[in-house]
Amino acid sequence: MVWIRRIQEPRDNEITPYGTWLNRRHFIGRSAKAAVASALVPGLLSACDAEQGSAATPAAGPQEAPEGPSQDRDWASVRSELDEPLNSWEDVTTYNNFYEFGVGKDDPAKNAQSLRSRPWSISIEGEVGKPGVYDLEDFLKPHLVEDRVYRLRCVEAWSMVIPWRGVPLRDVIRRVEPTSNARFVELTTLLDEEQMPGQRRRVLDWPYVEALRLDEALHPLALLATGVYGRDLPNQNGAPMRLVVPWKYGFKSVKSIVKIRLLDTMPRTTWAASAPREYGFYANVNPSVDHPRWTQARERRLGEFRRRPTAMFNGYEDEVSSLYSGMDLRQNF
Amino acid sequence: MRNRTWAIRAVIWVVALVPAGLLLVAYLRDQLGANPIEEVVHRLGWWALVLLLTSLAITPLRRITGWNRIVRYRRLVGLFAFAYATAHLLAYVVLDQWFAWGFIAEDIAERPFILAGFSAWLLLLPLALTSTRGWIRRLGRRWGALHRLAYAAAALGTLHFFWRVKADTREPIVFVLLLAMLLLLRTPLVNRKLAERRRRRAENRNGGHRSARRSDDRIPAPDL
Repeated sequence: MVWIRRIQEPRDNEITPYGTWLNRRHFIGRSAKAAVASALVPGLLSACDAEQGSAATPAAGPQEAPEGPSQDRDWASVRSELDEPLNSWEDVTTYNNFYEFGVGKDDPAKNAQSLRSRPWSISIEGEVGKPGVYDLEDFLKPHLVEDRVYRLRCVEAWSMVIPWRGVPLRDVIRRVEPTSNARFVELTTLLDEEQMPGQRRRVLDWPYVEALRLDEALHPLALLATGVYGRDLPNQNGAPMRLVVPWKYGFKSVKSIVKIRLLDTMPRTTWAASAPREYGFYANVNPSVDHPRWTQARERRLGEFRRRPTAMFNGYEDEVSSLYSGMDLRQNF
Repeated sequence: MRNRTWAIRAVIWVVALVPAGLLLVAYLRDQLGANPIEEVVHRLGWWALVLLLTSLAITPLRRITGWNRIVRYRRLVGLFAFAYATAHLLAYVVLDQWFAWGFIAEDIAERPFILAGFSAWLLLLPLALTSTRGWIRRLGRRWGALHRLAYAAAALGTLHFFWRVKADTREPIVFVLLLAMLLLLRTPLVNRKLAERRRRRAENRNGGHRSARRSDDRIPAPDL
């Protein structure tokens, strides 16, 4: 596949040699979390070798919020495949849109402590051969986790570069055996006012729901993230598991997922329902289709002063544009 | 009396400059979060709107309380509102856009919320320029008419804020309600009632003699 060849191109001596990406580790749950040596997609995560988690530092306690990047890797030297530096742990964990904990960017970091991200159940429903309710750790156990550096482009025209850790969404979807009717994948955030105080106000129609076309969900870049910077996801970033779809605006990447449902028709999604003129179902990053209230041609990469041009599909055009061939992206924004 | 006027002026200067000072310090010490530029632009605009509504509240306050001299401070508050609005605009042009004139022009032409904000600033500009004694004298009665544009500017500024937010309209709605209240206080009916009430009070105080206090603020106070 073309996209894998491209991102496997080594950039310098530090790069993990070809093939290491197969070195993905099985997801083995929180207790032994630190022993999970990061699996690598070479080029996507270009630093450090994935060799065996022996150098791992002790895991944080069960309810302890991670206080910074993991110690087992020199994060400062990690770059994206376009050689972009990472945004800092502080940027990634203090500037969040997660309205379930308040609408201010710093609200989630302040308020998300009320979320109990373990134990966690995930419900698989709809057009699947293996529906059911699973404990999240059991559910993820058979899968391989990978570290992947992605750009995150918010619909508000700011962006970051983030080292996620997670499981390819397609691995999970294939495992639950979609039926021949399945055409869409819907993912839903927890609905619980006690744990998510922001839901007491109907800023949005809770619970938060997002969805992908099945072929989008099966794209290898779509990730179910369980960690960031080598740590478990902090609550404000969508613990214990969130979607990351790097070629779409950030609001598609639904957080704290409790339900995955496969459907034969396009579901109603939260932002598209809230303001249909402004947010579409596809929400692909596209510099030539402006938001009605601001331009999408440029973005502010957090930490940079000048705005930079926004790339088609957030720079993943080679990998994903075939998903949309023949589609009018102005119509299907 | 003179001392008190100066004291109140000094307080207004301090109160109006403190938010800008704190913002500058926070910016220089990198305490404005991951997106400091957005924070600077947002806070300057917020204060511009607060000060603008404050300046518009002065005339109703004067009518309600009968504290006529309060009108002496209206110009100062209004000029600070303009100063913050200008800083807000400059922060957008310099920090946010870095003089990308093409994008700025496109923003103004194609984004209603930016057009609303820019128009609000444009309306404030002649008010700031004609705030000097000389212009007040020269314009005479037309000065009052001209300066009622401040209401249009406040309405456009509030609309600008309202259109900017994504989903949580709570705060802009507070501004809309404040503005609506201020406009309501300007309606002839409310004005008449307030004037009557003041007259009655004054008559009680003066043992039946009519108050000499003026109720018409369209003629600017001499020291404006």
